Amino acid sequence: ASGALPKRVKVVEVGPRDGLQNEKSVVPTPVKISLINMLAETGLQVIEATSFVSPKWVPQMADHTQVMQGITQLPGVSYPVLTPNLKGFQAAVAAGAKEVSIFGAASELFTKKNINCSIDESLERFSEVMAAARAADVPVRGYVSCVLGCPYEGKISAAKVTEVSKKMYSMGCYEISLGDTIGIGTPGSMKEMLTAVMKEVPVGALAVHCHDTYGQALANILVALQMGVSVVDASVAGLGGCPYAQGASGNVATEDLVYMLHGLGIHTGVDLQKLMDAGTFICNALNRRTNSKVSQASCRL
Amino acid sequence: MGTVPSALKHCLSYQHLLKEQLWIGEPAPPPPVAPHPGQESQASGLPAYIKIVEVGPRDGLQNEKVIVPTDVKIELINRLSKTGLPAIEVTSFVSSKWVPQMADHKEVMRGIERHPGVQYPVLTPNLQGFHAAIAAGATEVSVFGAASETFSKMNINCSIEESIEKFEDVAKSARNMNIPVRGYVSCALGCPYEGNIIPAKVAEVSKRLYSIGCYEISLGDTIGVGTPGSMKRMLEAVMKEIPVRALAVHCHDTYGQALANILTAIQVTQAVI
Repeated sequence: ASGALPKRVKVVEVGPRDGLQNEKSVVPTPVKISLINMLAETGLQVIEATSFVSPKWVPQMADHTQVMQGITQLPGVSYPVLTPNLKGFQAAVAAGAKEVSIFGAASELFTKKNINCSIDESLERFSEVMAAARAADVPVRGYVSCVLGCPYEGKISAAKVTEVSKKMYSMGCYEISLGDTIGIGTPGSMKEMLTAVMKEVPVGALAVHCHDTYGQALANILVALQMGVSVVDASVAGLGGCPYAQGASGNVATEDLVYMLHGLGIHTGVDLQKLMDAGTFICNALNRRTNSKVSQASCRL
Repeated sequence: MGTVPSALKHCLSYQHLLKEQLWIGEPAPPPPVAPHPGQESQASGLPAYIKIVEVGPRDGLQNEKVIVPTDVKIELINRLSKTGLPAIEVTSFVSSKWVPQMADHKEVMRGIERHPGVQYPVLTPNLQGFHAAIAAGATEVSVFGAASETFSKMNINCSIEESIEKFEDVAKSARNMNIPVRGYVSCALGCPYEGNIIPAKVAEVSKRLYSIGCYEISLGDTIGVGTPGSMKRMLEAVMKEIPVRALAVHCHDTYGQALANILTAIQVTQAVI
């Protein structure tokens, strides 16, 4: 059954990190900086800027220090960065980061394949980051991957998602972003998962990160909103394909999300036209078409 | 999300995994005997069964740049018939001057395999088209109204009321021959000319079509501008005039909103898609 929708939704823009990390072309540093600055001008309150991971693993984010130092950090806008371990955290803070993110998963196999350890071991590594972040007064956002399915394990139980989310929340993450990493979820599985998680983590601390790989993202997001979630991750122009399914789309496009939210009378603070302009800019730089339907519909070419 | 070493990406056999995961791509459970679209037998409050009306061969092909040969259309429809779809909109008995993509309507109608239990409606904008459709073997027809006067004028060069008068002729003949008629209302959530369309207007036109004998009214978001809120408001207005079991939604994905709008429609009323 549908509950009342939130009056305001915080849109977390992950294009510059999650998006660009999963694009084939590597984008030069000045283009990344321009993109982030343009996105900040749209009214977005949170823009995930980069990832302090070894360039051996993620070459697209090799210029993390330069990007972090190069962007104009607008007041009232947060620029979280990924920090998988203490070393990354320290580098991030040194480069000017004021918020960080850590990535857990609801699947043991995914964690093993991704970062070569178990879920518990990954959380232990993160506890070092948490301690350092607390000491430095840096907020930490937690991500849980594979909440509606795993490319290796298949079905993921809502109980497992709840367990991992609860652990990360009690470790000190101010927000837990629940990621449908392979976009396989549908409104029913989203509802079931959230019902379980909301028993252990307050809904005000939850966000959803839906992939549009099977076209289900907005429907899944709508269900999350109906259940009280008011933070939604999205990627400008729908940047970022799916590393697990060749040719498939990935992140939901921020433009399409904002169109839906504004149509529902929900306040986001985002200027859709400026957002589309930022999308056009990065698509030109990447020499690719936008994945945003709203942008496609608004294109005059 | 996360960091996937590039070497690993190439080792993943995703399609292989999909096949192994029975939970992905599971066919929907067969509908209960004599499915009733209004049946709500799930704890989720969602209907147990949704009738999907496949409009690709008509609405789809009519709006593609490339004109597809008759035998390809027939092959498409035959393949769709085998999927279990209960209704497939086949073609349009409109003058080929207006819609060249559907010029082969007779050949398509005569050429397709008719699977038992599958409906094959065709568009018939007027009595002439209706008779041609029946002669070619059609056993169900559709008529197209609009909730926007300007759209009606630009599309079929007459007012909404004038168009419904024509449809009434079709509906009368259809009733005499026991042929069901499906009614469409275009621009239900917005018009490319008029912009905003008020729910009351959609309800008014729907009611008119229902009263002339359409067994089902398909409410079309013609330019895909609707969002869950406007869908809900429109349906609430229409549901005051038309029984829920006689409603369907026809959502365009122009702005990526279709599935969210459809979900809302399902939540608000057990609708036929």
